Amino acid sequence: MAEILSSFGLALRLIAGADAEFMRIVALSMGVSLASAALACAIGLPLGAVVAVAAFPGRRSVIVVMNALLGLPSVVVGLVVYLLLSRAGPLGAWGILFTPGAIVIAQTLLVVPMVAALSRQTVEDAWHEYREQLTSLNVRPARAVATLLWDARLSLFTVALAGLGRAFSEVGAVMIVGGNIDGVTRVMTTAIALKTAEGELPLALALGIVLLAIVLALNAGAYAIREWSAPRHG
Amino acid sequence: MASGRSRDVLPLEVRDLGVRLGGRQVLQGIAFRLDAGRRTVILGPNGAGKTSLLRALHGLVASTGSITWGGGGRQRGAEAMVFQHPVMLRRGALANVEYALAVNGVDGAERRRRARTALEQAGLWLLAGQPARSLSGGERQRLALARAWALRPRILYLDEPTASLDPGAAAAVEQEIGRIHEAGTRIVMTTHRLGLARRVADEILFLDDGKLVEQTPADRFFAAPSSAEARHFLDGELP
Amino acid sequence: MKNTLSLVNRARIAFGAALLAAAPLVSANDFITVASTTSTEQSGLFKHLLPAFTKATHIDVHVVAVGTGQALDMGRRCDADVEFVHDKAAEEKFLHEGFGVKRSDVMYNDFVLIGPRSDPAHVKGLGIDAALKKIAEAKPAFVSRADKSGTWAAEVRAWKHAGIDIEKTKGPWYKETGSGMGPALNTASGMNAYLLADRGTWLSFKNRGDLEILVEGDPELFNQYGVMLVNPAKCPHVKKELGGKFVDWVLSPAGQETIASYRIGGQQLFFPNAMR
Repeated sequence: MAEILSSFGLALRLIAGADAEFMRIVALSMGVSLASAALACAIGLPLGAVVAVAAFPGRRSVIVVMNALLGLPSVVVGLVVYLLLSRAGPLGAWGILFTPGAIVIAQTLLVVPMVAALSRQTVEDAWHEYREQLTSLNVRPARAVATLLWDARLSLFTVALAGLGRAFSEVGAVMIVGGNIDGVTRVMTTAIALKTAEGELPLALALGIVLLAIVLALNAGAYAIREWSAPRHG
Repeated sequence: MASGRSRDVLPLEVRDLGVRLGGRQVLQGIAFRLDAGRRTVILGPNGAGKTSLLRALHGLVASTGSITWGGGGRQRGAEAMVFQHPVMLRRGALANVEYALAVNGVDGAERRRRARTALEQAGLWLLAGQPARSLSGGERQRLALARAWALRPRILYLDEPTASLDPGAAAAVEQEIGRIHEAGTRIVMTTHRLGLARRVADEILFLDDGKLVEQTPADRFFAAPSSAEARHFLDGELP
Repeated sequence: MKNTLSLVNRARIAFGAALLAAAPLVSANDFITVASTTSTEQSGLFKHLLPAFTKATHIDVHVVAVGTGQALDMGRRCDADVEFVHDKAAEEKFLHEGFGVKRSDVMYNDFVLIGPRSDPAHVKGLGIDAALKKIAEAKPAFVSRADKSGTWAAEVRAWKHAGIDIEKTKGPWYKETGSGMGPALNTASGMNAYLLADRGTWLSFKNRGDLEILVEGDPELFNQYGVMLVNPAKCPHVKKELGGKFVDWVLSPAGQETIASYRIGGQQLFFPNAMR
């Protein structure tokens, strides 16, 4: 218990001290996580919406697979991406293994299924409500997808935040494709793993507290934005 | 409204129309013809198939048999419908009308002008910026009507337009419908309010148990309907 | 048509794209990728050694620290420029397969036998052979990394040298964690077990619990490090000039002295022994 309390103090000192290495790790975490969450939403939201609205053969199987991917183990994704990006692999020529770019790719692949599966359900529920009215107004399917995405934006915003949280907390895949290189691909989660392995538990815990604080701050900010925009649109 | 329609969508001719929903035959052997210039009200007891008929005519449910518009196929842009529970998007009242116009190819200044006119005519201009979903039932119905009217449809379907409205709102809607008719749009409406039917209808389509029992000019229908079912209906219904 | 992507999301996408574009440009300097081991990284050596190298050559070093098996596999996959590990047998095999150019001794550190202060197997102060024999008899809790690392390979050799067939003798007392040095130490600390650790990681390890060094100094426990350039003939993208500079520097008097000057708590950890 004393260990946990002392870690809070250590966490505050880390933030106040703003040591260069610490700031670099925090900045990198935020960069790769925001980037992969954004990419995952750009891909996953329309994907989920299209599956929700479109009728095509095998639709139900697609939905089953999408939901199943929610349980995709991250180390598996990490390993697959590693094998793809390795020099010996098909995409080796890109030369982005062990760079933040590789981390963004792995994290995006992990977050897309989550965003797609959740947005599909949200948009499908909205579609049931809107379908007849939109058909009556001559809204074509492509336009309907866009309209549903915008109208369900409050719920989808929460989906996006869930994706962001998932990105922030990823460690296994990031370790494999990033290599946890000091000063290059060390993010908060892999730093915590390293400190734990080194037996520096109070520092590891302090980093964990800082990570939680960042995620909390981001969510609070997002909530504030939502509250501010909600009354204007109802 | 996207103009450039090559031919008129009226007369609307329906032959041997059938609709099956949830394993049940809700409409069967429906046949009638709607010419221009008249207001048609569809009457019938609960479960007769009035809403299903409207949905079938508007293309929202699959049907057997044939429907022709002016001898040809459906022209999507020539119809609009006001649902009993209209769905509004999560945006302002004016924005909802603008959306409908935008989707139907009206852009820029003309879109803004037509949307504004639609709201003003419906007496809703003061609510232009209000979130549409926060409007009262009556306001929402009038907004739905304004939205449909902004599209200048040739045929306007209305499903129980005053069902959940108070007398004031109902009167406003009725007035709107009258104005739309004057402007040349073909009105096809369902209602269970006989008073509204009497005031609005030029002709009545009477449905019972999924079949079209009679198509009669309104004054003759209310004075002396030809079918026994209609007589039963008029006797039993509240005015 | 109203764009469905909110301003916030559009900004995020732009940022993501920028990050991806910038990914290869992480550092302004040239850099090499060195595959090394977790125990070496956790000893803190790199934080001491690499800045000196970068200062002298303006070449950054990106260290990917994994188990020896994985480190050499990285070389086979051409994902590293230089190998810096401590398992001579595995390194020579790597060389023999044609993936390395030349193997040079760099430095050595030693392993120590860690165990609980209570020492139920009574091994304190013994040579490593005798100590392992006693442990095989008494069967107290013993943590093994079992992860194809250099340390694990050394442990396996030590059992063999003591005349014990560990595959036959092991039982529930022998815990194979499949993990790096730090986690294995954490586990040993948690269950008051014996384990063979490299001195470097032990000196930096802070979660010792009741553990202490029971056996040390036996020449059998010396842990030799080797450095190799990955073969450009097999891996065309290997940075052979830059990598070669690293190999040369680490073997040079300047590099060797930097290695020797690394201390934890006043104690020297690594002993340079490159051939002159």
